[in-house]
Amino acid sequence: MNFKESLDSGRFVVIAEIQPPKGNDLSEVFQSAELLRGRVTAINVPDLQNAIMRLGSLSLCALLKAKGMEVIFNLSCSNRNRLALQSELLNASALGLKNILLLQGDHPSIGDHFEAQPVFDLDVMGLLGAAKRLQEGYDLMGNDLKGKPQFFTGTQINAAAKGHVLDLEVMDMEKKIRLGVDFFFTNPIYEVSLFENFIKKVAHFKVPIIVGITLLKSVGMARYINKHVEGASIPEALIDRLMKASDKRQASVEIAGDLIKELRPLCQGVQIIPIGWEDLIPSVLDYAGL
Amino acid sequence: MIVGERKPLEEIKEMLKDYKKVLNVGCGGCTSICLSGGQREVMLLNDDLQNAFQGNPVSIQFDGFTIERQCNADFFSELDEMVKNYDAVLSMACGAGVQFVAERYPDRPVFPALNTIFVGADRDVGWYEENCRTCGDCILGETAGICPVTRCAKSLFNGPCGGTSKDGKCEVSKETPCAWYEIYDRLKKQGRLSNIMKVRPAREWHNQTRRVLIHEAYKQRYAK
Repeated sequence: MNFKESLDSGRFVVIAEIQPPKGNDLSEVFQSAELLRGRVTAINVPDLQNAIMRLGSLSLCALLKAKGMEVIFNLSCSNRNRLALQSELLNASALGLKNILLLQGDHPSIGDHFEAQPVFDLDVMGLLGAAKRLQEGYDLMGNDLKGKPQFFTGTQINAAAKGHVLDLEVMDMEKKIRLGVDFFFTNPIYEVSLFENFIKKVAHFKVPIIVGITLLKSVGMARYINKHVEGASIPEALIDRLMKASDKRQASVEIAGDLIKELRPLCQGVQIIPIGWEDLIPSVLDYAGL
Repeated sequence: MIVGERKPLEEIKEMLKDYKKVLNVGCGGCTSICLSGGQREVMLLNDDLQNAFQGNPVSIQFDGFTIERQCNADFFSELDEMVKNYDAVLSMACGAGVQFVAERYPDRPVFPALNTIFVGADRDVGWYEENCRTCGDCILGETAGICPVTRCAKSLFNGPCGGTSKDGKCEVSKETPCAWYEIYDRLKKQGRLSNIMKVRPAREWHNQTRRVLIHEAYKQRYAK
């Protein structure tokens, strides 16, 4: 069953993020992907995430697909104008990639080529609109296309937002749904109560929400996330649990697994973001009973 | 106002090192107001340059003259005769002024003393903030007088990027308020939140190529 069929049938989906390498050596990435074969619904491949220059989502998706794996192609607005974005969507379609995750993208100033000019010619609404238009057989200027690409389209939401920021996020979500979004990915969630608060406000939209679960690798990483990553707040209790654990890898598996167990009734799936610990994903799934 | 900032002295020095007589031209317009290119700044820069070139085997003469505005030909008449006595011109105007000087005196090398930074306003004396990117399609009426092109790091037109911090700051800089958070706040106070719910189509950028504007009343005069 593919990603769309799984969501349509109400199955709880499991997505694993696999980051393309900085370079063209794919051996490690392919090893990680093999570990996940049969264990996850799909592999999500980011597009220049955190504005770090690396291999693109398109080629890795195409290569994994050729190995028989279900993939989610990512495309963001930060580095391409509307010509390139539409063309990239056609590229994806021509390569048989249907699942797409369209993103606002990260500002180059936070990445490793911080002097680059940000593009954002289209914002994510514009990109969602472009994907919709292409599926109708036209480009953004109304020109006819040869063939109609078909996509299963998702985008990202900030499910850890609070207060006014949350109100804005809900409005944002509604607009995205009007543009034909089929599913949402959230940023990493560490606090179930915060997500509960979010889901109460958006459950009526009835669009599948796939929650991000990042493997916490160390106390230092947790503290760094709390300080620097917007929208993220890792409870002290979790950090404490990690601090006291003698086996950090096992603790990380258990923390992620417990979060999944608690979040499972509230969402339609999870995306595990391993940050280098791809080999632990099967253990997380075992622990979470998936 | 166009806000400019003086280039590093070393960079200016490098541009002028091969000339013997340099006329530093100040601008009485925007760069004078933002304390970067007016009469006083011409004097200060010339002093700095004299000092910087002290001990140079060949001495360089720096003189200064400030005209009312370097972006209007009417103010150049006094300068025309003067420039003939110099082998290079340094302009303390914005990029528009520098180009106008260079066009007026095509046989003289013209160098910029400033970097033109932005179109902005004075928050206080000596404190300037960018407020406009001259995109050519103003939507301030829809966004409660807050420009998302300029004040959102990603120039987004349809709401925030998802990176707004809990206290309403931009993910790119903790010092910068999220433009969309501010737009939301002000629209809410005005009872106009429905503005945010509009899905704005892909923007038609008007600042891709050089723009020329002829005022309606003068269209006949300049008709070709």
